[in-house]
Amino acid sequence: MNGLAPRPLTRWIIGIVVGFLFALPLVSTLLFTLKDGDGYSLVHWTSLFDPAKAAVFAPIWVGLGNSLILAVVTVAIVLFLLAPTMLLIALRFPSFRRPFEFLVLLPITIPAIVLVVGLAPIYQQIGRTLGTGAWTLAFAYGITVLPFAYRSIQASIDAIDVRTLSEAARSLGADWFTVVTRVLAPNLRPGLLAASLISVAVVLGEFTIASILNRQVLQTGLVVVNKIDAYASAMFTLMALAFAFLLLLIIGRAGRPSAGKKNS
Amino acid sequence: MTSPDLVAGPDLDRVTSPAVPEPTAPARRGAVRVGWAWLGLVPFTAYVLLFLALPTVLAVGSGLFDDDGAFTLANVAALGDPVILTTFWNSAWLSLLTALIGAIVGAIVCYALLGLPETGAVRTMVDAASGVLAQFGGVMLAFAFIATIGLQGLVTTFLMDGFGIDIFANGPWIYELPGLILPYIYFQVPLMIITFMPALSALKPQWAEANLTLGGTSSGFWQHVGIPVLAPSFFASLLLLFANAFSSYATAAALASQGSQIVPLQIRTALTSETLLGRENLAGALAFGMIVVVAIVMWAYSFIQRRASRWQA
Amino acid sequence: MTNPRSLPRTADNLLLAAVGDGTRAEFRGVVKDYGTNRVLHGVDLDVAPGEFVSLLGPSGCGKTTALRVLAGLEQATEGSVYLGGRDVSRVPTNKRDIGMVFQSYSLFPHLRVIDNTAFGLRRRGVRPAEAHKRAGDALDLVGLGHLADRYAHQLSGGQQQRVALARALVTEPRVLLLDEPLSALDAKVRVQLRDEIRRIQLRLGITTVFVTHDQEEALAVSDRIAVMSAGRIEQIGTPEDLYLRPATPEVAAFVGLSSLVPGVVSHGVATVWGQALPLQSPLRDGAVEVFLRPENLRFVGPGDPGIGAVVHESTFLGSFRRTVVRTDDGHLVRLQHAASDHVEFGDAVRIAITPSPVAVRPRPTSTQDDAEA
Repeated sequence: MNGLAPRPLTRWIIGIVVGFLFALPLVSTLLFTLKDGDGYSLVHWTSLFDPAKAAVFAPIWVGLGNSLILAVVTVAIVLFLLAPTMLLIALRFPSFRRPFEFLVLLPITIPAIVLVVGLAPIYQQIGRTLGTGAWTLAFAYGITVLPFAYRSIQASIDAIDVRTLSEAARSLGADWFTVVTRVLAPNLRPGLLAASLISVAVVLGEFTIASILNRQVLQTGLVVVNKIDAYASAMFTLMALAFAFLLLLIIGRAGRPSAGKKNS
Repeated sequence: MTSPDLVAGPDLDRVTSPAVPEPTAPARRGAVRVGWAWLGLVPFTAYVLLFLALPTVLAVGSGLFDDDGAFTLANVAALGDPVILTTFWNSAWLSLLTALIGAIVGAIVCYALLGLPETGAVRTMVDAASGVLAQFGGVMLAFAFIATIGLQGLVTTFLMDGFGIDIFANGPWIYELPGLILPYIYFQVPLMIITFMPALSALKPQWAEANLTLGGTSSGFWQHVGIPVLAPSFFASLLLLFANAFSSYATAAALASQGSQIVPLQIRTALTSETLLGRENLAGALAFGMIVVVAIVMWAYSFIQRRASRWQA
Repeated sequence: MTNPRSLPRTADNLLLAAVGDGTRAEFRGVVKDYGTNRVLHGVDLDVAPGEFVSLLGPSGCGKTTALRVLAGLEQATEGSVYLGGRDVSRVPTNKRDIGMVFQSYSLFPHLRVIDNTAFGLRRRGVRPAEAHKRAGDALDLVGLGHLADRYAHQLSGGQQQRVALARALVTEPRVLLLDEPLSALDAKVRVQLRDEIRRIQLRLGITTVFVTHDQEEALAVSDRIAVMSAGRIEQIGTPEDLYLRPATPEVAAFVGLSSLVPGVVSHGVATVWGQALPLQSPLRDGAVEVFLRPENLRFVGPGDPGIGAVVHESTFLGSFRRTVVRTDDGHLVRLQHAASDHVEFGDAVRIAITPSPVAVRPRPTSTQDDAEA
């Protein structure tokens, strides 16, 4: 029983006022996409499937494709580079935890627009060796998702006692590979899943680095198409926001295993 | 159960110069048995060095060299140019204004959410929506605002047709600096909700009850206990919102396709044109200036946050 | 004041007997519902001025709810609560002039100990200088005057609760309410602090209601104990009353470490293991379960009346031993005996009951297991 909680009426008033103000831009965008002359119809939405207009939407489809590839590679970096390192620190180098935490929270302090100034020469070199495909952006994206992915995975690591579990498994005769893949990873699934989904959301929404480094991703595609066909960018905006919202809802649900602590 | 901690509080201040990350610990000569463990840290360390440390150093350091590779302070001095100063000033007041409004509105929303179950429908939806709008909206929010209060926007035409009010009578401000205010607030409020909700939830009902049993009133509770306890977290969140707005690029880039009234846009201009104000490598100097501002703010944020979290145990 | 005390006569409580002025606290028919769930089924309790009454019972019995109704933090669905002879059921908490100590976390984190303690005085308009002086005195009373400038997070659990106590007492409230104040503390600290609370209570003569689930705690400090179960008061009495003459099976099960064995009642006498024992309260003839207190069982020789048993486990507790044996008819029974009687797992022994009145309850027909109370 929380004696601090506001009255239901207060909740409703705040909720309705703020909810209305925040829904306004989204509703406006939706209505905008439904505009047809002076009336409303689904003509813009159906034009998504119209082959005649395919050329207009091309930058978005290309960008989306690239973004999806980027998402996959970034998730791979998170799962196969970040997570194992975090496990290693939890198991072998617990004293590194604070410095490591400081390190992964740095990207919050170093704005993307600053980082990209320094990434430009690096990506010139990468362009010469690995090509100028958009997928190489994943290396930079892995850095930008670090704070988010770290929090999710670390919460999972803290919730299970990795040292005890691995010691128990080792005492029963398991080698390290088995310990990681069959004992630890299954228990870390909520954190790993949350980290992956958040990474996907961040990658899909990233604009700054891709734009300055001249790669085509979803967001840059939206900006390009917006100049030609504002309806297209509006529709894709709604779809992308809805998709990201669903992703985060899933994360919210997935991150509620029975091991949660409750405030009484 | 609390353990006695009669001496100093937790160790604060690991932040020295965030612009250059701490180096990883030097390899000690330990037993061969743990040698492979150190090796395990190498891939990640190399990755972070190459894609975080190196770019940061390059970005900030490039401001200290001109195109011929000679050391120069000219670029840094260029930060004193009136145009650049105005840009920093614009970034500052825009960030402060949107941070203040975002913090206050966000705190009010957090209060409205107080006491609702964390896993209930309302909280999960608000958390997800806040996450989307705070972190991933950038470009798309710009489009949404153009659809709302742009020249042909829904609200614009509504005000015009319904009440004869032309909000753009004095010019298309939506594409200029003031046009950034509303979109920025739109992602500042959700960020505040994400950041401040834990602090508000940490207010213990026992404090409210103890206040009552000691003869205090409800409003007295907020005045003497609630607000003083929340003040550090509120201020810390405010700093975070400031840093967030100051660093923001995507929304501004999408709305103001030319022009560079704020620092991130100025960096864009510096990068895409060969020289700016007759100097090369100004982007680096701008990056340096930006990092200094953001780093100071973030250091203050983490300092206050750590002190405040002692009360949330 | 005529209630016998559980602490021996000392200078403190002799003094109190002379002063003897406090506030009466009463529960009259208090019923509390949460929706369709009835948590209190009509609680009646009369706490005399200056008396220390404990509400004792297992989790969920309603004891904390009852206390919170008295404090005004919950509203009774039916019935009323009285303080000093006046109905305060409709009076808000902050006007009831009570002092309350919570289980944990109740100190304000942003205030120093001295400011925490002075909080109630300041809210009543006492000037800062005077409030600080009185708070300092209260802190001295609990032995923490030297920590006045610390903050809550710098104190141990026991120290925090002492400050909470000082804070509650400094305003000289009419009644002191304690909601399991020791449950979150270490065992050793718990014992020290409970004795201190009792000493201070005696010295000040303040009417006190104390909620706990720990029977030893309740027995040690209370003038009277109200044993609660499932929203009802099962019995109210002095610690000796409850221990020696439990009125209901719930009380007998909760206060003391009895073992439960089957027996038969016939003409006012209970027969267990061939022994005839008087009853504490009369019961009609029939099959019963008998409560046997560990200290009422002893080892006997082979020919004596009693029952054979095999030692299941034996624990050395310093000045005595507690041994659990499995009787020949399959029941686990706990004895308390001299430490010099050294028995071990597997030993064959013979046990008997010392002749003294026993508490019984009718045997439910379905269960065959003996429940160790």
